[in-house]
Amino acid sequence: MSTLSKAARSDTRQWPLLLLDILAVLTMALAMWAGLIYAGDAINLAGEEQVAQRIFYFHIGSNIAALLGFLGSVVGSAGYLLTRRLVWDSWAAASVEIGTIFGFFVLLSGSIWAKPAWNTYWTWDPRLTTAAITVLIYIAYMLFRNGFESRATRALFSSIYALFAFLSVPLTFYSARLFRSIHPVIVAGSNQESQGDFALGATMGQALTISTVGFAVLFLALLFHRVRQLSLEAQIEQLQMERDE
Amino acid sequence: MMDELTGRGAVSEKKSGFAAYLRRVWAVAAKDVRTELRAREIVVTMAAFAVLAAVVFGLAFDLRVPRAELVVPGILWVIVLFTGVLGLQRSFGSETDRGTLTGLLLAPVERSAIYFGKVAANLLYFLIVEALLAPTLLILFDVNLAQPIILLGLLMGTLGYAIVGTLFAALTVRSRAREALLPVLLLPVLAPLFIAGVSLTAVVLDARPAGEAWRWVGILALYDALFLAIALLLFDLIWEQG
Repeated sequence: MSTLSKAARSDTRQWPLLLLDILAVLTMALAMWAGLIYAGDAINLAGEEQVAQRIFYFHIGSNIAALLGFLGSVVGSAGYLLTRRLVWDSWAAASVEIGTIFGFFVLLSGSIWAKPAWNTYWTWDPRLTTAAITVLIYIAYMLFRNGFESRATRALFSSIYALFAFLSVPLTFYSARLFRSIHPVIVAGSNQESQGDFALGATMGQALTISTVGFAVLFLALLFHRVRQLSLEAQIEQLQMERDE
Repeated sequence: MMDELTGRGAVSEKKSGFAAYLRRVWAVAAKDVRTELRAREIVVTMAAFAVLAAVVFGLAFDLRVPRAELVVPGILWVIVLFTGVLGLQRSFGSETDRGTLTGLLLAPVERSAIYFGKVAANLLYFLIVEALLAPTLLILFDVNLAQPIILLGLLMGTLGYAIVGTLFAALTVRSRAREALLPVLLLPVLAPLFIAGVSLTAVVLDARPAGEAWRWVGILALYDALFLAIALLLFDLIWEQG
């Protein structure tokens, strides 16, 4: 009986999440429409590059979501170390998992764009280097988490690792920037040596805003789902332990 | 609570001060070096691996690269990185294998003294191996690495490596797949150190202006200082749970 009522209670808690899901689907549909149809062409580009630049809305959107994942991992880890409450660790872990997916999207969409624009899929530009290293750190973080039986040890050690990663990533960017950079800086300022640069028109700016918001909402929806899943997993573990005793 | 855990109350009241602290760090480092002198399991393996790796790189790049100076910076730092992982795994691994880790943790010294002792021992091992690696690269590639700024960069890079590596070795020793996991955790976090080390070596070998090399030395110094501070803050936490 008690398990039934518990299940019913968690069902009623789901509807805000469902709303967020619907919102994510709508904003993502809007973002796709804005990026692929609504946004105007880049004035200074032609041919293959003109088609390729539309991936930019997806690229920046994924980048925002990956950045949120990175920040979430740091906040969650610091929160765990300060409060020692496992829920903080769940937020960190969920942020990393979802951040990794979006990090892959960033690398993938960037490579697809870079081939026509730079004539190479990959280059050791600071942004590219930092993105790749961050994804590698995320993967290491997830592998590391698997190696512990105790939830408290797992939370403690992965929080420590996440903080080291947090310090290392800006240094990676800084040291890689001492090389020459060819990545365009679209949103703030510009890079004199960049290649494949383009200016933002009015409709392009709107599409960019829409896709940024869309991806952020999608990230949040996925994050809440994953945290809920993790806490349910912990509940099951707890119930199994109680039954075994 | 913290004082009880770290044994600070037991020791520091009698012998406080920086000199006494250094003596305790020295005691841990000396213990590690003495074990190593008797067992000869870490440095010899590392040195053999480093020389072997240099030979393998020589075979891989021979006649394919117009000038050896183009690849030697990369070869040097890749070998340093991979050899280091080999030694770091044993740093705490040998303690758990022999069941001496608990004894070490129960010793009436601060946890940070244990950490710094281990860092010092690892740093010594790394430097011994590098002292062997540089002449090997000279013979195989005819590139002279014995230049002051390169050696300074190597020393600072190795220090940063020992600082981060020793802490990660302590983290992974309690995990199920510790041997396999350490390099996976370590290498991405060492990325800035690797970039700076390779670039610094390349700048000096290309005989570019010294100002460029000093910028990389600056990054290495920043890396060392930053990670030393965070390691100092976080090392005690690792031993909190049984």
